[in-house]
Amino acid sequence: MHIFIYDKTPEGLLTVVFDAYSRKIFPDLLLGEGEPLPLFHDEIYTVVTDEDKANRVWNALEKKLSKVALSMITVSWLSELPEIGLLLFRYIRKNIDAPCAVEMNFGDPDVLELSKIWKKVGQEKHRVQQFLRFQKAADGTYFAAMEPLYNVLPLNIAFLKDRFADQQWLVYDLKREYGYYYDLHEVIEVRFPEKEPHLLSGLLSEDIMDKDEILFQQLWKQYFKSIAVKERINPKLQRQFMPVRFWKYLTEKQG
Amino acid sequence: MNESVLEKLKILAESARYDVSCSSSGTSRPNREGTIGSAAGWGICHSFAEDGRCISLLKVMLTNSCMYDCAYCINRRSNDIPRATLAVSELVDLTIEFYRRNYIEGLFLSSGIVRSPDYTMERLVRIVKDLRTVHRFNGYIHMKSIPGAGRELVQEAGLYADRLSVNIEIPKEESLKMLAPEKDFQSVFAPMRYIRDGVLQSAEERKRFRHAPRFAPAGQSTQMIIGATPETDNDILRVSSALYKRPTMKRVYYSGFVPVNGYDNRLPALKQPPLVRENRLYQADWLLRFYQFKVEEIVDDSYPLLDLEVDPKLAWALRHPECFPVDINRADYEMILRVPGIGVKSAKLIVASRRYGRLSAEQLKKIGVVMKKARYFITCNELPMLTVNELKPENVRRLLTQKKNRKQDDRQLILLFREQEQE
Ligand code: SF4
Repeated sequence: MHIFIYDKTPEGLLTVVFDAYSRKIFPDLLLGEGEPLPLFHDEIYTVVTDEDKANRVWNALEKKLSKVALSMITVSWLSELPEIGLLLFRYIRKNIDAPCAVEMNFGDPDVLELSKIWKKVGQEKHRVQQFLRFQKAADGTYFAAMEPLYNVLPLNIAFLKDRFADQQWLVYDLKREYGYYYDLHEVIEVRFPEKEPHLLSGLLSEDIMDKDEILFQQLWKQYFKSIAVKERINPKLQRQFMPVRFWKYLTEKQG
Repeated sequence: MNESVLEKLKILAESARYDVSCSSSGTSRPNREGTIGSAAGWGICHSFAEDGRCISLLKVMLTNSCMYDCAYCINRRSNDIPRATLAVSELVDLTIEFYRRNYIEGLFLSSGIVRSPDYTMERLVRIVKDLRTVHRFNGYIHMKSIPGAGRELVQEAGLYADRLSVNIEIPKEESLKMLAPEKDFQSVFAPMRYIRDGVLQSAEERKRFRHAPRFAPAGQSTQMIIGATPETDNDILRVSSALYKRPTMKRVYYSGFVPVNGYDNRLPALKQPPLVRENRLYQADWLLRFYQFKVEEIVDDSYPLLDLEVDPKLAWALRHPECFPVDINRADYEMILRVPGIGVKSAKLIVASRRYGRLSAEQLKKIGVVMKKARYFITCNELPMLTVNELKPENVRRLLTQKKNRKQDDRQLILLFREQEQE
């Protein structure tokens, strides 16, 4: 068994591809630095991430693969699943080796598996668009926090910037402890060394809210209650479309 | 804006909630400098109410006072219910403030009829115009066109709204006249025609002047109430099919009758809205729009009611064993689409993948085919031949419906709104 160790960055993965082809040895297992090794293995090779090698691999892929297949690679990377590195490696390798790209061959288990992950990440991205809730702070900034299953905030920046172009906002990933701030001109990535209470709870406390915030929250909760048809109450269906894991930060689901 | 709006919003949302549509799809419009918002094209459900239905728009009436007396409607004039009217500024504030918090995609505005159809329509038009031109709201707007409203007002509404709708409510005119004495088909179909003319005319103009104004870019929709009158599924689906043949009709919604006015004995006393039937109608509608079925393949005079036990596609397959089995590795896309257990997505995957080699049952399963159903209707690489022809349709039906005998709440079978937004 051949093991490659890399730094778990996208560039690192592309360097893995480059090195594997130049050494003509292909990994059976990809590990991050410091991850436990299996008992039996032939060889361990440590990859040194190299911008230039990574670019060469990516350029080659851009020539061979469609836009959809390329997005499948970049988007499913954000799943952060432990097996994603090796799966992507195999997918890339199959595409390089085949005379024409195998990206649409869903009969191939790796292609199918990857397309499933790609879809799941896409769905989580969409759920951010659905279930993100802004609360207006006294300084005029709109604040929203979430804990998406996958690292999908970056996929939503373009959408948020377009839609909420004329308001300042901060969206924050509580699980990964970073977010994006928009100041009416550009979006920047932000991290906070000191955690204010709302960066832990995801909710603004009343003393730092805009004066009308409570009223609009009440109005929305009232609307949410009134719009349901009593004769059709169906909590199971509601949960199917709006999984409970999102409720914690949904305005309409706050006490 | 103050606390009194809370009570009004409660009344007016409760009055608006029986309108099923909440879709925000059909318009893709990026933000423009100086405006608020965008339209996403594919529609976004921002929440799901306790009844499991999508909340995409702020669905509210301008007023729930009404001079008409439609028997099936909670807002009819003879009902003694609280009435309210929103001020224009309140409606604008609610829309924009909800929008800024990502609660909604936009507004779905309707109204009870006050004074006259035209008078009411004019008030609605003024609001959507204000939202667009004064407040620069660039999100989604769905406006109900008032039955009986004149051409000019409908023409103007289409300049500001993304979608317009006029509800048929009752599929046959004699039933409509019995339950809604102030309405007739003319009052419904005339505004529908104005909307269609507006959309087509604007499309024509935009070919010549790229900057000619867009007219209701998301087209129109309508709704029929199910189970309030004796019409069969055949009657209902014929109306839908005829409507879909006309340009601009994007969606027909089916609303299982909720007996809001129990005292009116022109209406049936239902214990529960007919939810399973409603679901079957949505499935049949789906077959009309995406599966290339003709309405007479789904229902006809000798088969006027949809099968409540199995979905309409399976019902069709069981009536037509001679069309099966379908060879997955050879058959046309259209025929693969007809196999129970294979949806649009898996049919496309099958056609894309089989170019690389013959597909096996195992691969079909992984692709997302519901083999439990499909196995009786297909052949592929290695599947043993035990299809609907050897087993006989009645036995396949029994095999596929057995599980449902376990006590199960029918409502939980309903999956209809999952794909609702993807028009
Ligand atoms: S006109 Fe509309 S609001 Fe008025 S009673 Fe009839 S259905 Fe209800």
